[in-house]
Amino acid sequence: MKRNLPLFFAFFCGLLVIVSEFIPHRPFSLMIDTLQEWFMIISGFAIILGQISLFQSNINKIKQKDSGWMFYLAGLISFILMLIVGMFWGTQETGGLFGHGTALQARLGMKPFDYLFEFAYMPLSSTMFSLLAFFIASAAYRAFIIRSFESNLLMLTAVIVILGRTSFGSMLTGWLPQGLRFWHLPNLSDFIMEYPNSAAQRAIMISAALGIIGSSLRIILGIERSYLGSDK
Amino acid sequence: MKGLLLTTLLFLIVLACYASPGTMNVQDVPWDEGKALNITWQTPADSIILQRADSLGVWQTIFSGPALPAAYSDRDLIPNKSYSYQLIAIGSADTDTLIVRASAKPREQWFYMHKLSFLIILVIVSLAILIYIQRARMGKEFYIRRISGLDSMEEAVGRATEKGKPILFVPGIGDLDDIQTIASLTILSQLAQRSAEYDTELIVPCRFSMVLSAAREVVKEAYLKVGKPDSYKEERIFYLTDDQFGYVAGIDGIMVREQPAANFFLGSFYAESLILAETGFSTGAIQTSGTAQASQLPFFVVSCDYTLIGEELFAASAYLSRDPQQLGSLKGHDFGKLLTIILILAGVITEIVGWHWFKAFFEGVQ
Repeated sequence: MKRNLPLFFAFFCGLLVIVSEFIPHRPFSLMIDTLQEWFMIISGFAIILGQISLFQSNINKIKQKDSGWMFYLAGLISFILMLIVGMFWGTQETGGLFGHGTALQARLGMKPFDYLFEFAYMPLSSTMFSLLAFFIASAAYRAFIIRSFESNLLMLTAVIVILGRTSFGSMLTGWLPQGLRFWHLPNLSDFIMEYPNSAAQRAIMISAALGIIGSSLRIILGIERSYLGSDK
Repeated sequence: MKGLLLTTLLFLIVLACYASPGTMNVQDVPWDEGKALNITWQTPADSIILQRADSLGVWQTIFSGPALPAAYSDRDLIPNKSYSYQLIAIGSADTDTLIVRASAKPREQWFYMHKLSFLIILVIVSLAILIYIQRARMGKEFYIRRISGLDSMEEAVGRATEKGKPILFVPGIGDLDDIQTIASLTILSQLAQRSAEYDTELIVPCRFSMVLSAAREVVKEAYLKVGKPDSYKEERIFYLTDDQFGYVAGIDGIMVREQPAANFFLGSFYAESLILAETGFSTGAIQTSGTAQASQLPFFVVSCDYTLIGEELFAASAYLSRDPQQLGSLKGHDFGKLLTIILILAGVITEIVGWHWFKAFFEGVQ
Protein backbone atom coordinates (compact mmCIF):
# COMPACT_ATOMS: atom_id res chain seq x y z
CA MET A 1 0.00 0.00 0.00
CA LYS A 2 2.85 2.37 0.94
CA ARG A 3 4.31 1.89 -2.54
CA ASN A 4 1.11 1.40 -4.54
CA LEU A 5 -0.64 4.61 -3.49
CA PRO A 6 2.11 6.96 -4.81
CA LEU A 7 2.26 4.86 -7.98
CA PHE A 8 -1.49 5.22 -8.44
CA PHE A 9 -1.26 9.00 -7.88
CA ALA A 10 1.61 9.25 -10.36
CA PHE A 11 -0.42 7.30 -12.94
CA PHE A 12 -3.63 9.26 -12.34
CA CYS A 13 -2.07 12.75 -12.25
CA GLY A 14 0.22 11.98 -15.21
CA LEU A 15 -2.69 10.85 -17.32
CA LEU A 16 -4.78 13.84 -16.24
CA VAL A 17 -2.07 16.31 -17.25
CA ILE A 18 -1.65 14.67 -20.67
CA VAL A 19 -5.41 14.71 -21.31
CA SER A 20 -5.69 18.33 -20.12
CA GLU A 21 -3.06 19.33 -22.66
CA PHE A 22 -5.45 18.44 -25.50
CA ILE A 23 -8.90 19.19 -24.08
CA PRO A 24 -9.77 22.88 -23.63
CA HIS A 25 -13.17 22.16 -22.03
CA ARG A 26 -13.76 22.43 -18.29
CA PRO A 27 -12.92 20.70 -15.95
CA PHE A 28 -9.82 19.62 -17.92
CA SER A 29 -8.77 23.18 -18.76
CA LEU A 30 -8.54 23.96 -15.02
CA MET A 31 -6.73 20.74 -14.03
CA ILE A 32 -3.15 21.85 -14.74
CA ASP A 33 -3.59 25.12 -12.82
CA THR A 34 -5.22 23.28 -9.92
CA LEU A 35 -2.43 20.69 -9.75
CA GLN A 36 0.17 23.44 -9.88
CA GLU A 37 -1.58 25.23 -7.00
CA TRP A 38 -1.53 21.98 -4.99
CA PHE A 39 2.18 21.64 -5.72
CA MET A 40 2.76 25.20 -4.44
CA ILE A 41 0.84 24.43 -1.23
CA ILE A 42 2.83 21.24 -0.61
CA SER A 43 6.07 23.17 -1.40
CA GLY A 44 5.03 25.79 1.16
CA PHE A 45 4.83 23.16 3.88
CA ALA A 46 8.05 21.52 2.72
CA ILE A 47 9.93 24.82 3.26
CA ILE A 48 9.81 24.07 6.98
CA LEU A 49 11.75 20.85 6.30
CA GLY A 50 14.39 22.87 4.50
CA GLN A 51 14.73 25.37 7.32
CA ILE A 52 15.07 22.58 9.89
CA SER A 53 17.76 20.95 7.74
CA LEU A 54 19.54 24.32 7.40
CA PHE A 55 19.60 24.87 11.15
CA GLN A 56 20.61 21.29 11.98
CA SER A 57 23.52 21.10 9.54
CA ASN A 58 24.86 24.57 10.43
CA ILE A 59 24.55 24.15 14.19
CA ASN A 60 26.32 20.77 14.03
CA LYS A 61 29.21 22.27 12.10
CA ILE A 62 29.49 25.21 14.52
CA LYS A 63 29.38 22.85 17.52
CA GLN A 64 32.06 20.59 16.07
CA LYS A 65 34.17 23.62 15.08
CA ASP A 66 34.49 22.33 11.52
CA SER A 67 36.89 24.16 9.22
CA GLY A 68 35.33 27.52 8.35
CA TRP A 69 32.74 27.22 11.12
CA MET A 70 32.51 31.01 11.34
CA PHE A 71 31.00 31.06 7.83
CA TYR A 72 28.21 28.77 8.99
CA LEU A 73 27.68 31.09 11.95
CA ALA A 74 27.54 34.10 9.63
CA GLY A 75 25.01 32.24 7.48
CA LEU A 76 22.79 31.48 10.47
CA ILE A 77 23.01 35.05 11.82
CA SER A 78 22.10 36.45 8.38
CA PHE A 79 19.14 34.09 8.15
CA ILE A 80 17.84 35.03 11.60
CA LEU A 81 18.39 38.74 10.98
CA MET A 82 16.42 38.73 7.73
CA LEU A 83 13.68 36.66 9.36
CA ILE A 84 13.37 39.10 12.31
CA VAL A 85 13.35 42.34 10.29
CA GLY A 86 10.91 40.80 7.81
CA MET A 87 8.57 39.66 10.57
CA PHE A 88 8.74 42.90 12.57
CA TRP A 89 8.43 45.51 9.85
CA GLY A 90 7.43 43.57 6.74
CA THR A 91 8.65 44.02 3.18
CA GLN A 92 7.75 46.64 0.57
CA GLU A 93 3.99 47.35 0.90
CA THR A 94 3.32 44.54 3.39
CA GLY A 95 3.42 45.48 7.05
CA GLY A 96 4.94 43.36 9.83
CA LEU A 97 4.11 42.69 13.48
CA PHE A 98 5.20 46.24 14.43
CA GLY A 99 3.60 47.91 11.43
CA HIS A 100 5.71 49.55 8.71
CA GLY A 101 8.54 50.89 10.95
CA THR A 102 8.10 54.49 9.80
CA ALA A 103 10.95 55.82 11.97
CA LEU A 104 13.35 53.18 10.62
CA GLN A 105 12.16 53.82 7.09
CA ALA A 106 12.88 57.55 7.50
CA ARG A 107 16.38 56.74 8.73
CA LEU A 108 17.28 54.07 6.13
CA GLY A 109 15.24 55.36 3.22
CA MET A 110 13.36 52.05 3.00
CA LYS A 111 12.22 49.17 5.19
CA PRO A 112 15.05 47.31 7.02
CA PHE A 113 14.35 44.07 5.09
CA ASP A 114 14.42 45.90 1.76
CA TYR A 115 17.55 47.79 2.85
CA LEU A 116 19.40 44.55 3.62
CA PHE A 117 18.09 42.99 0.42
CA GLU A 118 19.19 45.95 -1.68
CA PHE A 119 22.59 46.65 -0.10
CA ALA A 120 23.74 43.25 1.22
CA TYR A 121 22.02 40.46 -0.69
CA MET A 122 22.02 42.02 -4.18
CA PRO A 123 25.75 42.93 -4.26
CA LEU A 124 26.66 39.45 -2.99
CA SER A 125 24.48 37.79 -5.62
CA SER A 126 25.89 40.02 -8.37
CA THR A 127 29.43 39.21 -7.23
CA MET A 128 28.73 35.50 -7.62
CA PHE A 129 27.22 36.05 -11.07
CA SER A 130 30.12 38.23 -12.20
CA LEU A 131 32.55 35.36 -11.53
CA LEU A 132 31.08 33.85 -14.66
CA ALA A 133 33.07 36.27 -16.84
CA PHE A 134 36.39 34.95 -15.49
CA PHE A 135 35.28 31.33 -15.70
CA ILE A 136 34.20 31.82 -19.32
CA ALA A 137 37.70 33.10 -20.12
CA SER A 138 39.45 30.15 -18.45
CA ALA A 139 37.05 27.60 -19.99
CA ALA A 140 37.39 29.19 -23.44
CA TYR A 141 41.18 29.05 -23.18
CA ARG A 142 41.04 25.30 -22.51
CA ALA A 143 38.42 24.67 -25.19
CA PHE A 144 40.41 26.47 -27.86
CA ILE A 145 43.74 24.70 -27.33
CA ILE A 146 44.46 23.03 -30.66
CA ARG A 147 45.02 19.30 -30.11
CA SER A 148 43.13 17.60 -32.89
CA PHE A 149 41.34 18.32 -36.15
CA GLU A 150 38.05 18.83 -34.30
CA SER A 151 39.53 21.28 -31.80
CA ASN A 152 41.14 23.08 -34.76
CA LEU A 153 37.71 23.47 -36.34
CA LEU A 154 36.25 24.64 -33.03
CA MET A 155 38.98 27.24 -32.67
CA LEU A 156 38.45 28.50 -36.22
CA THR A 157 34.67 28.74 -35.76
CA ALA A 158 35.07 30.50 -32.43
CA VAL A 159 37.47 33.07 -33.91
CA ILE A 160 35.01 33.81 -36.74
CA VAL A 161 32.04 34.15 -34.37
CA ILE A 162 33.95 36.28 -31.82
CA LEU A 163 35.39 38.59 -34.50
CA GLY A 164 32.06 38.73 -36.31
CA ARG A 165 30.38 40.07 -33.19
CA THR A 166 32.86 42.95 -32.78
CA SER A 167 33.37 46.16 -34.72
CA PHE A 168 36.99 45.08 -35.35
CA GLY A 169 35.73 42.04 -37.30
CA SER A 170 33.43 44.26 -39.28
CA MET A 171 36.33 46.57 -40.10
CA LEU A 172 38.63 43.68 -41.11
CA THR A 173 36.41 42.49 -43.97
CA GLY A 174 34.48 45.69 -44.63
CA TRP A 175 36.38 46.21 -47.90
CA LEU A 176 35.05 43.02 -49.51
CA PRO A 177 33.05 43.66 -52.73
CA GLN A 178 29.29 43.07 -52.87
CA GLY A 179 29.69 39.66 -54.54
CA LEU A 180 31.76 38.38 -51.61
CA ARG A 181 29.51 39.77 -48.83
CA PHE A 182 28.90 36.26 -47.50
CA TRP A 183 32.56 36.17 -46.35
CA HIS A 184 32.15 39.44 -44.47
CA LEU A 185 32.84 38.35 -40.85
CA PRO A 186 29.53 39.57 -39.29
CA ASN A 187 27.59 37.77 -42.08
CA LEU A 188 29.67 34.62 -41.68
CA SER A 189 29.17 34.75 -37.91
CA ASP A 190 25.39 35.14 -38.35
CA PHE A 191 25.36 32.19 -40.77
CA ILE A 192 27.21 29.95 -38.30
CA MET A 193 24.87 30.89 -35.46
CA GLU A 194 21.71 30.64 -37.54
CA TYR A 195 22.28 27.37 -39.40
CA PRO A 196 24.91 24.90 -38.08
CA ASN A 197 24.48 26.07 -34.46
CA SER A 198 20.68 26.07 -34.56
CA ALA A 199 20.62 22.67 -36.26
CA ALA A 200 22.81 21.12 -33.55
CA GLN A 201 20.78 22.73 -30.76
CA ARG A 202 17.50 21.55 -32.28
CA ALA A 203 18.83 18.00 -32.61
CA ILE A 204 19.64 18.02 -28.89
CA MET A 205 16.25 19.50 -28.03
CA ILE A 206 14.34 16.95 -30.15
CA SER A 207 16.24 14.04 -28.61
CA ALA A 208 15.67 15.50 -25.12
CA ALA A 209 11.94 15.79 -25.86
CA LEU A 210 11.86 12.11 -26.89
CA GLY A 211 13.75 11.27 -23.71
CA ILE A 212 11.16 13.20 -21.69
CA ILE A 213 8.30 11.28 -23.37
CA GLY A 214 9.98 7.95 -22.60
CA SER A 215 10.92 8.93 -19.06
CA SER A 216 7.42 10.26 -18.32
CA LEU A 217 5.82 7.13 -19.73
CA ARG A 218 8.03 4.91 -17.56
CA ILE A 219 7.06 6.95 -14.48
CA ILE A 220 3.33 7.02 -15.34
CA LEU A 221 3.26 3.28 -15.96
CA GLY A 222 5.23 2.57 -12.78
CA ILE A 223 8.15 0.93 -14.61
CA GLU A 224 10.53 3.60 -13.28
CA ARG A 225 10.20 3.75 -9.49
CA SER A 226 13.60 4.70 -8.15
CA TYR A 227 12.49 8.34 -7.68
CA LEU A 228 10.16 7.01 -4.96
CA GLY A 229 13.11 5.63 -3.07
CA SER A 230 12.79 1.99 -4.04
CA ASP A 231 12.31 0.17 -7.33
CA LYS A 232 10.45 -2.74 -5.77
CA MET B 1 -28.65 46.05 -74.27
CA LYS B 2 -25.42 44.74 -72.77
CA GLY B 3 -24.28 48.27 -72.05
CA LEU B 4 -27.53 49.01 -70.23
CA LEU B 5 -27.21 45.88 -68.10
CA LEU B 6 -23.60 46.71 -67.21
CA THR B 7 -24.54 50.27 -66.26
CA THR B 8 -27.41 48.99 -64.08
CA LEU B 9 -25.08 46.50 -62.38
CA LEU B 10 -22.47 49.18 -61.66
CA PHE B 11 -25.19 51.47 -60.30
CA LEU B 12 -26.46 48.72 -58.00
CA ILE B 13 -22.92 48.01 -56.70
CA VAL B 14 -22.32 51.68 -55.98
CA LEU B 15 -25.74 51.92 -54.30
CA ALA B 16 -25.00 48.84 -52.19
CA CYS B 17 -21.74 50.38 -51.05
CA TYR B 18 -23.51 53.51 -49.91
CA ALA B 19 -26.50 51.65 -48.47
CA SER B 20 -24.30 49.45 -46.19
CA PRO B 21 -21.46 51.65 -45.09
CA GLY B 22 -20.43 49.31 -42.24
CA THR B 23 -20.87 45.76 -40.92
CA MET B 24 -19.47 43.90 -37.93
CA ASN B 25 -19.19 40.18 -37.36
CA VAL B 26 -18.43 38.58 -33.98
CA GLN B 27 -17.47 34.88 -33.98
CA ASP B 28 -16.29 32.38 -31.43
CA VAL B 29 -12.64 31.35 -31.86
CA PRO B 30 -12.83 27.69 -32.94
CA TRP B 31 -11.14 24.83 -31.04
CA ASP B 32 -10.20 26.79 -27.94
CA GLU B 33 -11.02 26.95 -24.23
CA GLY B 34 -13.91 29.40 -24.84
CA LYS B 35 -12.13 32.55 -23.73
CA ALA B 36 -11.85 34.45 -27.00
CA LEU B 37 -14.00 36.01 -29.72
CA ASN B 38 -12.89 37.16 -33.15
CA ILE B 39 -14.38 40.49 -34.25
CA THR B 40 -14.17 41.54 -37.88
CA TRP B 41 -15.68 44.58 -39.58
CA GLN B 42 -16.08 46.27 -42.91
CA THR B 43 -16.32 50.02 -43.05
CA PRO B 44 -15.15 52.77 -45.37
CA ALA B 45 -14.12 54.81 -42.30
CA ASP B 46 -10.44 55.44 -41.57
CA SER B 47 -10.62 54.90 -37.84
CA ILE B 48 -12.90 53.00 -35.49
CA ILE B 49 -13.69 52.63 -31.80
CA LEU B 50 -14.61 49.16 -30.61
CA GLN B 51 -16.54 48.88 -27.35
CA ARG B 52 -17.76 45.99 -25.22
CA ALA B 53 -20.72 46.18 -22.83
CA ASP B 54 -19.72 45.44 -19.24
CA SER B 55 -21.91 43.61 -16.71
CA LEU B 56 -23.97 46.82 -16.13
CA GLY B 57 -24.46 47.36 -19.85
CA VAL B 58 -22.09 50.34 -20.00
CA TRP B 59 -19.95 50.46 -23.14
CA GLN B 60 -16.22 50.17 -22.42
CA THR B 61 -13.67 50.91 -25.14
CA ILE B 62 -11.44 47.91 -25.87
CA PHE B 63 -9.84 49.15 -29.07
CA SER B 64 -9.42 52.51 -30.70
CA GLY B 65 -7.41 53.11 -33.83
CA PRO B 66 -7.21 52.64 -37.58
CA ALA B 67 -9.99 50.62 -39.25
CA LEU B 68 -7.49 48.31 -40.92
CA PRO B 69 -6.63 45.39 -40.62
CA ALA B 70 -10.34 45.16 -39.75
CA ALA B 71 -9.97 42.40 -37.15
CA TYR B 72 -9.61 42.21 -33.39
CA SER B 73 -9.38 39.25 -31.04
CA ASP B 74 -10.97 39.80 -27.63
CA ARG B 75 -9.33 37.46 -25.10
CA ASP B 76 -9.63 36.48 -21.42
CA LEU B 77 -13.42 36.22 -21.62
CA ILE B 78 -15.67 34.01 -19.51
CA PRO B 79 -16.79 30.87 -21.40
CA ASN B 80 -20.48 30.53 -22.36
CA LYS B 81 -21.30 34.16 -21.44
CA SER B 82 -22.87 36.42 -24.04
CA TYR B 83 -20.86 39.54 -24.98
CA SER B 84 -22.17 42.58 -26.84
CA TYR B 85 -19.95 44.76 -28.99
CA GLN B 86 -20.42 48.16 -30.53
CA LEU B 87 -18.38 49.44 -33.46
CA ILE B 88 -18.20 53.19 -33.92
CA ALA B 89 -16.91 54.03 -37.39
CA ILE B 90 -15.79 57.62 -37.23
CA GLY B 91 -16.67 59.38 -40.44
CA SER B 92 -14.84 62.30 -42.02
CA ALA B 93 -16.09 65.89 -41.61
CA ASP B 94 -18.79 65.52 -44.29
CA THR B 95 -20.06 62.04 -43.35
CA ASP B 96 -21.95 60.73 -40.36
CA THR B 97 -20.53 58.58 -37.58
CA LEU B 98 -21.84 55.05 -37.84
CA ILE B 99 -22.64 52.66 -34.99
CA VAL B 100 -23.00 48.87 -35.54
CA ARG B 101 -23.78 46.37 -32.81
CA ALA B 102 -23.38 42.59 -32.57
CA SER B 103 -23.10 39.95 -29.87
CA ALA B 104 -21.76 36.41 -29.51
CA LYS B 105 -20.90 33.78 -26.93
CA PRO B 106 -17.43 32.19 -26.59
CA ARG B 107 -17.84 28.41 -26.33
CA GLU B 108 -15.52 25.80 -24.85
CA GLN B 109 -14.50 23.09 -27.30
CA TRP B 110 -13.48 19.50 -26.62
CA PHE B 111 -10.23 19.48 -28.55
CA TYR B 112 -7.35 21.82 -29.40
CA MET B 113 -7.28 21.18 -33.13
CA HIS B 114 -3.91 22.94 -33.56
CA LYS B 115 -2.38 20.27 -31.30
CA LEU B 116 -3.56 17.38 -33.48
CA SER B 117 -0.11 16.82 -35.04
CA PHE B 118 1.45 16.84 -31.56
CA LEU B 119 -1.09 14.26 -30.35
CA ILE B 120 -0.47 11.99 -33.35
CA ILE B 121 3.31 12.04 -32.80
CA LEU B 122 2.87 11.51 -29.05
CA VAL B 123 0.58 8.51 -29.63
CA ILE B 124 2.92 6.94 -32.22
CA VAL B 125 6.05 7.38 -30.06
CA SER B 126 4.24 6.19 -26.91
CA LEU B 127 2.90 3.13 -28.75
CA ALA B 128 6.40 2.34 -30.03
CA ILE B 129 7.80 2.60 -26.48
CA LEU B 130 5.03 0.35 -25.12
CA ILE B 131 5.57 -2.23 -27.89
CA TYR B 132 9.32 -2.33 -27.19
CA ILE B 133 8.67 -2.64 -23.43
CA GLN B 134 6.29 -5.53 -24.14
CA ARG B 135 8.86 -7.21 -26.37
CA ALA B 136 11.49 -6.78 -23.63
CA ARG B 137 9.08 -8.40 -21.15
CA MET B 138 8.79 -11.36 -23.51
CA GLY B 139 12.55 -11.83 -23.32
CA LYS B 140 13.79 -9.98 -26.39
CA GLU B 141 17.27 -8.53 -25.82
CA PHE B 142 18.08 -5.11 -27.23
CA TYR B 143 21.44 -3.61 -28.10
CA ILE B 144 21.97 -0.25 -26.33
CA ARG B 145 25.00 1.80 -27.31
CA ARG B 146 27.55 2.57 -24.63
CA ILE B 147 27.20 5.86 -22.76
CA SER B 148 30.68 6.66 -21.47
CA GLY B 149 29.35 9.25 -19.01
CA LEU B 150 27.40 6.53 -17.21
CA ASP B 151 30.10 3.87 -17.52
CA SER B 152 32.38 6.32 -15.71
CA MET B 153 30.26 6.15 -12.55
CA GLU B 154 32.17 3.10 -11.29
CA GLU B 155 35.46 4.83 -12.05
CA ALA B 156 34.40 7.98 -10.19
CA VAL B 157 33.19 6.08 -7.13
CA GLY B 158 36.34 3.93 -7.18
CA ARG B 159 38.56 6.98 -7.33
CA ALA B 160 36.72 8.65 -4.44
CA THR B 161 37.06 5.43 -2.41
CA GLU B 162 40.80 5.17 -3.14
CA LYS B 163 41.41 8.79 -2.14
CA GLY B 164 39.15 8.57 0.90
CA LYS B 165 37.29 11.66 -0.29
CA PRO B 166 33.53 12.18 -0.62
CA ILE B 167 31.37 12.25 -3.76
CA LEU B 168 29.38 15.40 -4.47
CA PHE B 169 26.02 15.05 -6.23
CA VAL B 170 24.18 18.20 -7.34
CA PRO B 171 20.59 17.48 -8.51
CA GLY B 172 20.32 20.74 -10.46
CA ILE B 173 18.45 23.90 -9.60
CA GLY B 174 15.02 22.70 -10.67
CA ASP B 175 12.23 21.76 -8.27
CA LEU B 176 10.56 18.35 -8.15
CA ASP B 177 8.09 19.37 -10.90
CA ASP B 178 10.98 19.39 -13.39
CA ILE B 179 11.42 16.06 -15.18
CA GLN B 180 15.20 16.64 -15.26
CA THR B 181 15.26 16.68 -11.45
CA ILE B 182 13.32 13.39 -11.39
CA ALA B 183 15.80 11.89 -13.89
CA SER B 184 18.61 13.17 -11.69
CA LEU B 185 17.12 11.49 -8.61
CA THR B 186 16.88 8.17 -10.43
CA ILE B 187 20.62 8.39 -11.16
CA LEU B 188 21.23 9.38 -7.53
CA SER B 189 19.57 6.12 -6.50
CA GLN B 190 22.10 4.11 -8.53
CA LEU B 191 25.03 6.23 -7.37
CA ALA B 192 24.00 5.94 -3.72
CA GLN B 193 23.95 2.13 -4.04
CA ARG B 194 27.49 2.12 -5.36
CA SER B 195 28.74 4.60 -2.76
CA ALA B 196 27.08 2.48 -0.04
CA GLU B 197 28.79 -0.65 -1.38
CA TYR B 198 32.19 1.07 -1.26
CA ASP B 199 31.45 2.93 2.00
CA THR B 200 32.17 6.24 0.34
CA GLU B 201 30.60 9.38 1.71
CA LEU B 202 27.96 11.03 -0.49
CA ILE B 203 27.15 14.76 -0.23
CA VAL B 204 23.88 16.02 -1.74
CA PRO B 205 23.17 19.75 -1.33
CA CYS B 206 19.62 20.64 -2.41
CA ARG B 207 18.06 23.89 -3.56
CA PHE B 208 14.45 23.03 -2.77
CA SER B 209 12.88 21.37 0.26
CA MET B 210 10.82 19.01 -1.90
CA VAL B 211 13.97 17.83 -3.66
CA LEU B 212 15.63 17.46 -0.26
CA SER B 213 12.95 15.14 1.10
CA ALA B 214 12.88 13.08 -2.15
CA ALA B 215 16.71 12.85 -2.25
CA ARG B 216 16.85 11.70 1.38
CA GLU B 217 14.28 9.02 0.69
CA VAL B 218 16.11 7.85 -2.45
CA VAL B 219 19.52 7.63 -0.74
CA LYS B 220 18.11 6.00 2.39
CA GLU B 221 16.40 3.29 0.32
CA ALA B 222 19.59 2.75 -1.70
CA TYR B 223 21.61 2.17 1.50
CA LEU B 224 18.91 -0.18 2.78
CA LYS B 225 18.94 -2.08 -0.50
CA VAL B 226 22.64 -2.91 -0.25
CA GLY B 227 22.23 -3.82 3.43
CA LYS B 228 24.10 -0.87 4.91
CA PRO B 229 21.44 1.27 6.61
CA ASP B 230 23.92 2.27 9.36
CA SER B 231 26.22 3.95 6.82
CA TYR B 232 23.43 6.33 5.77
CA LYS B 233 24.05 9.86 7.04
CA GLU B 234 20.98 12.04 6.73
CA GLU B 235 22.89 15.22 7.55
CA ARG B 236 24.98 14.85 4.36
CA ILE B 237 21.85 15.41 2.26
CA PHE B 238 20.91 18.92 3.20
CA TYR B 239 19.16 22.10 2.14
CA LEU B 240 21.32 25.09 1.20
CA THR B 241 19.15 27.92 -0.10
CA ASP B 242 16.44 28.65 -2.66
CA ASP B 243 18.55 31.45 -4.14
CA GLN B 244 20.30 30.50 -7.40
CA PHE B 245 23.67 32.15 -6.77
CA GLY B 246 23.56 31.56 -3.04
CA TYR B 247 23.20 27.86 -3.88
CA VAL B 248 26.20 28.05 -6.24
CA ALA B 249 28.28 29.86 -3.60
CA GLY B 250 27.41 27.15 -1.07
CA ILE B 251 28.40 24.31 -3.43
CA ASP B 252 31.61 26.09 -4.45
CA GLY B 253 32.44 26.36 -0.75
CA ILE B 254 31.87 22.62 -0.27
CA MET B 255 34.07 21.82 -3.27
CA VAL B 256 36.89 24.02 -2.03
CA ARG B 257 36.72 22.96 1.63
CA GLU B 258 35.93 19.26 1.36
CA GLN B 259 37.69 18.60 -1.99
CA PRO B 260 35.35 15.83 -3.24
CA ALA B 261 37.09 13.32 -5.52
CA ALA B 262 34.07 13.05 -7.84
CA ASN B 263 31.44 15.62 -8.75
CA PHE B 264 28.12 14.85 -10.41
CA PHE B 265 26.10 17.74 -11.85
CA LEU B 266 22.92 16.16 -13.17
CA GLY B 267 19.60 17.91 -13.69
CA SER B 268 18.41 21.31 -14.72
CA PHE B 269 21.10 24.02 -14.84
CA TYR B 270 21.17 27.61 -16.02
CA ALA B 271 23.75 30.41 -15.64
CA GLU B 272 25.47 28.68 -12.72
CA SER B 273 26.61 25.64 -14.73
CA LEU B 274 30.03 27.02 -15.64
CA ILE B 275 30.70 28.44 -12.16
CA LEU B 276 30.09 25.00 -10.68
CA ALA B 277 31.99 23.05 -13.33
CA GLU B 278 35.02 25.35 -13.35
CA THR B 279 35.33 25.35 -9.56
CA GLY B 280 35.11 21.55 -9.63
CA PHE B 281 37.76 21.43 -12.36
CA SER B 282 40.09 23.61 -10.27
CA THR B 283 39.85 21.12 -7.38
CA GLY B 284 40.93 18.27 -9.67
CA ALA B 285 37.81 16.17 -9.17
CA ILE B 286 36.57 13.73 -11.80
CA GLN B 287 33.42 15.40 -13.11
CA THR B 288 30.27 14.01 -14.75
CA SER B 289 27.52 16.35 -15.84
CA GLY B 290 24.22 16.04 -17.65
CA THR B 291 21.40 18.32 -18.61
CA ALA B 292 18.75 18.80 -21.27
CA GLN B 293 19.40 22.57 -21.36
CA ALA B 294 21.05 22.86 -24.77
CA SER B 295 22.49 26.29 -23.95
CA GLN B 296 24.41 24.97 -20.92
CA LEU B 297 25.89 21.88 -22.55
CA PRO B 298 28.95 23.62 -24.08
CA PHE B 299 30.02 24.81 -20.62
CA PHE B 300 29.76 21.32 -19.20
CA VAL B 301 31.55 19.76 -22.19
CA VAL B 302 34.50 22.10 -21.70
CA SER B 303 34.84 21.73 -17.94
CA CYS B 304 33.72 18.16 -17.19
CA ASP B 305 35.28 14.80 -17.97
CA TYR B 306 31.97 13.26 -19.07
CA THR B 307 28.75 14.92 -20.18
CA LEU B 308 25.33 13.35 -20.65
CA ILE B 309 23.78 15.21 -23.57
CA GLY B 310 20.01 15.70 -23.70
CA GLU B 311 18.24 12.34 -23.80
CA GLU B 312 21.21 10.50 -22.23
CA LEU B 313 20.18 12.07 -18.92
CA PHE B 314 16.74 10.49 -19.24
CA ALA B 315 18.17 7.18 -20.42
CA ALA B 316 20.60 6.98 -17.49
CA SER B 317 18.32 5.21 -15.05
CA ALA B 318 17.38 2.52 -17.61
CA TYR B 319 21.00 2.15 -18.71
CA LEU B 320 22.35 1.78 -15.17
CA SER B 321 19.62 -0.50 -13.84
CA ARG B 322 19.88 -2.84 -16.88
CA ASP B 323 16.20 -3.60 -16.31
CA PRO B 324 15.02 -5.17 -19.63
CA GLN B 325 11.71 -3.27 -19.52
CA GLN B 326 13.43 0.07 -19.14
CA LEU B 327 15.98 -0.82 -21.81
CA GLY B 328 13.06 -1.64 -24.10
CA SER B 329 11.74 1.87 -23.63
CA LEU B 330 15.09 3.25 -24.85
CA LYS B 331 14.51 1.45 -28.15
CA GLY B 332 11.25 3.40 -28.33
CA HIS B 333 13.28 6.64 -28.18
CA ASP B 334 15.28 5.42 -31.18
CA PHE B 335 12.05 4.82 -33.09
CA GLY B 336 11.02 8.40 -32.21
CA LYS B 337 14.29 9.66 -33.67
CA LEU B 338 13.71 7.69 -36.88
CA LEU B 339 10.20 9.13 -37.13
CA THR B 340 11.56 12.67 -36.64
CA ILE B 341 14.15 12.18 -39.39
CA ILE B 342 11.45 10.89 -41.77
CA LEU B 343 9.17 13.84 -40.94
CA ILE B 344 11.98 16.36 -41.45
CA LEU B 345 12.82 14.85 -44.87
CA ALA B 346 9.14 14.75 -45.81
CA GLY B 347 8.81 18.38 -44.70
CA VAL B 348 11.74 19.46 -46.87
CA ILE B 349 10.41 17.57 -49.91
CA THR B 350 6.82 18.87 -49.56
CA GLU B 351 8.05 22.45 -49.16
CA ILE B 352 10.19 22.11 -52.30
CA VAL B 353 7.23 20.63 -54.22
CA GLY B 354 5.00 23.43 -52.91
CA TRP B 355 2.66 21.41 -50.66
CA HIS B 356 2.68 23.85 -47.76
CA TRP B 357 -0.20 22.10 -45.92
CA PHE B 358 2.26 19.52 -44.52
CA LYS B 359 4.38 22.15 -42.75
CA ALA B 360 1.25 24.08 -41.71
CA PHE B 361 -0.23 20.91 -40.15
CA PHE B 362 2.85 20.36 -37.98
CA GLU B 363 3.08 24.04 -37.11
CA GLY B 364 -0.45 23.79 -35.71
CA VAL B 365 -1.99 26.34 -38.04
CA GLN B 366 -5.80 26.11 -37.83
